[in-house]
Amino acid sequence: MTGISAYGTSIPLRRIKVEEIAKQWGDNPENIKNGLKVREKTVRNQDEDSATLAVEASREAIKTNQINPKQIEAIYVGSESPPYAVKPTSGIVAEAVGATPDLTGADLEFACKAGTAGIQAAIGMIKSNEIDKALVVGTDTSQSSPNNALEYSAGCGAGALVLDKQGEIAEIKKTTSYTTDTPDFWRKAHNEFPDHGGRFTGKPAYFKHVINSTENLLEQIGKNKEEFDYFIFHQPNGKFPLKAARKLEIPKEKVEPGLVTPKIGNTYSAATFLGLANVLDRAEPGEEILLTSYGSGAGSDSFWIKMKEQPKDKLEEKKPEKTLEDKINRKKYVDYGTYASYMNKLKEVY
Amino acid sequence: MRDVVIIGTGQTKFGEKWEKSLKNLMAEAGVKAVKNSKIKGEEIDALYTGCMASGRLVGQEHIGALVADQVGLNPIPSTRVEAACASGGTALRTAYLSVKSGEHDLVVAGGGEKMVDVPTERVNYALGGAGDQETEIFNGATFAALYALMARKHMEKYGTTEKQLAEVSVKNHENGAKNPYAQYQREISVESVMNSPEIASPLKLFDCSPITDGAASVVITTKEKAEEKGSDYIEIKASAQASDTLNLANRKSITEIKATQKASKKAYKQSGIRPKEVDFAEVHDCFTIAEIIAMEDLGFYEKGEAAKAVEQGKTKLKGELPINPSGGLKAKGHPVGATGIAQAIEAYKQLTGKAEKRQIENPKTALTHNVGGTGATAVVHMFQKPSKEE
Amino acid sequence: MQEAIPLNWRKYPERYRLEGTHCRECGEDFYPKKTICPNCRREGKLEDKQMPREGKIISYSKVKASHKDFKDETPYYVALIELKNGVTIFSQIVDSLDNEVETGAEVKKVFRKLNDKKDGVIAYSHKFKVED
Repeated sequence: MTGISAYGTSIPLRRIKVEEIAKQWGDNPENIKNGLKVREKTVRNQDEDSATLAVEASREAIKTNQINPKQIEAIYVGSESPPYAVKPTSGIVAEAVGATPDLTGADLEFACKAGTAGIQAAIGMIKSNEIDKALVVGTDTSQSSPNNALEYSAGCGAGALVLDKQGEIAEIKKTTSYTTDTPDFWRKAHNEFPDHGGRFTGKPAYFKHVINSTENLLEQIGKNKEEFDYFIFHQPNGKFPLKAARKLEIPKEKVEPGLVTPKIGNTYSAATFLGLANVLDRAEPGEEILLTSYGSGAGSDSFWIKMKEQPKDKLEEKKPEKTLEDKINRKKYVDYGTYASYMNKLKEVY
Repeated sequence: MRDVVIIGTGQTKFGEKWEKSLKNLMAEAGVKAVKNSKIKGEEIDALYTGCMASGRLVGQEHIGALVADQVGLNPIPSTRVEAACASGGTALRTAYLSVKSGEHDLVVAGGGEKMVDVPTERVNYALGGAGDQETEIFNGATFAALYALMARKHMEKYGTTEKQLAEVSVKNHENGAKNPYAQYQREISVESVMNSPEIASPLKLFDCSPITDGAASVVITTKEKAEEKGSDYIEIKASAQASDTLNLANRKSITEIKATQKASKKAYKQSGIRPKEVDFAEVHDCFTIAEIIAMEDLGFYEKGEAAKAVEQGKTKLKGELPINPSGGLKAKGHPVGATGIAQAIEAYKQLTGKAEKRQIENPKTALTHNVGGTGATAVVHMFQKPSKEE
Repeated sequence: MQEAIPLNWRKYPERYRLEGTHCRECGEDFYPKKTICPNCRREGKLEDKQMPREGKIISYSKVKASHKDFKDETPYYVALIELKNGVTIFSQIVDSLDNEVETGAEVKKVFRKLNDKKDGVIAYSHKFKVED
């Protein structure tokens, strides 16, 4: 079997409120908050990037369950904002956690589902008996153009999972995907900021892939939605996952625990990892989780995850000392000028 | 063993010398020293020059060769000595040893630095070379930040206050205002120090020595030769040096500089002069806290008592133990490589009665103290007015 | 010295993982790494050892005027931190809420960027964060 034996998260300390960005551009903050269901988002410090966040999330996972880093035989890092265009983040993470040199590593890209593609790659390596343990990370410190709707939601964060044959926390029982060529969101190689298709990013993009992938998984495994306790969907804003839930006729109470974007923004490749972490922080032995990611361009990866049957206190020992909620609640607000400077936006505007 | 003396000195004015290059400064100081010593160039056996960071500040190494060339003294041997901010003091010591050992009979010990040719952030980076590049400078340390860490600890441990630190600066400016060669010739108030911009808490701009261009030289020879010439000379009664870890983190204590303690103990023993018998001292006040710590390390005051002594005016020009009568690094300026030599020049001027407005009444003994980095090198010299033997 | 690629690469284990040296002869830990044991010199028996990631602040300073590599980042905090094994290390303190940086505060190591200039490679290293 293949499963999750440890997890870790990392989000920056700083936040910027929707009101602060709206003030800059003369937007109505209430409209934005209602439209996107995002209140504030994470802002990376000058000394953070997707590599440092990946390392911190990985360290938490490794430390919590005393995993010997030398036993990690694969590291996959999914991101759309790596520090280098050429020089892998997986190498940096491998060195930082002390896993080098006997392992494989790769950086993956597929917009916001780069991390879950990494989970699938790890499952392949583990199930085929090539390796026993893998570290998979979804991490991003995404850019957004000034005075663009994306500015309100593009956040920073990282989530890490250690996968192996033991699955001490949960088993990943099945995965399926739905992939097409859909031009909803893109950034050409030499451009600083991404662009998107406006309303085109909804029905033909996010919803088509998330819903089809989820329904395909349920059909393949022969289970009903009612049998699941939690649904975690990719969350570019606070609204889409709830709308997907309505379309799939899933009660919103099952989606809300896995929905973190309203308080930290869209963390791109980390979004589903952080949503999953938020669920794992509270999930109990035996509970069933369905996770569907989404990456623009486009594709969705769905996973059937079942919490391992074990005494509750044994499960609790395997969870990080600090919950994601604890981290979300420890914050420091910045103004727009500080935000723009930290995100290196100033030079590109004019 | 021979008795070694200083028979004359020369220096440039210290300050921002836009029109002068490193070559100009070195030559000017050297020529003045030779003239004031009433010797001829042909009498010089060797040159020793302290210079810390010419590579990073003006892209120039091989300073020994540069100086000999500039003063027209090829082919005599000429060597650069480097120990960060103690480059001057160690150049002085090296020159002293070369005469003491009998290798040479008359040498010139000089030092100089050209610091204003690159932007301030680059100067700070260059000065960072006095610390541990890989673990201090790389991690964001500046010299002010490292001394600030020492200051805060000293304040927490002994109750030293920011105001007491400010008094050091005020006193040194009072003295500098009487020194025609000093970079700053005006007095300042405690208030102006307290209100000056913060550099690295708790140190503010006026707690820190400035960026300065300048060069200084002294002529060193045997007592015998000095007597022969009938020169005004002072005796070098001791020269001692000690080392400690390069970085601050690995020191046993950050509220003292053990290298200073070790070097000064040796110097007191060598010279037979005790701390109480020192009439005045030029100490290394790269930052106000450094002067406080030096006063304690040199055995002048008990640990934790130096700040009070400053506050009570005991180290002013007319106090019981004048410290930094020249204005110190703070007011006189700190052209890094020149500092250790400039301190010896003040000792010479005071002991030979040539200190004019800053003249201390009838001093007989002097101590100079030069530190490299946060205390990785310390060099102490003791000088004495010759006792007239009939 | 960001352009000095091998110089910085050699320091990754020390900077990324706080790897120092332990002398089996005198039993002491050292950071940064040593080539020779300062106590035992040639008699020393050295091996790599990871330093603990937790410690407390011995002294700190808020830096307002920095050198060329950090002038965009001021003000920032630097500190001397005594790690749990008694070894002292110089590092920056980050992500603290107001008034948290003080002597005696418990801190733990985080992995952060030190330097990201146009040319050369990004420098990562240790910094410390006040425990909440």
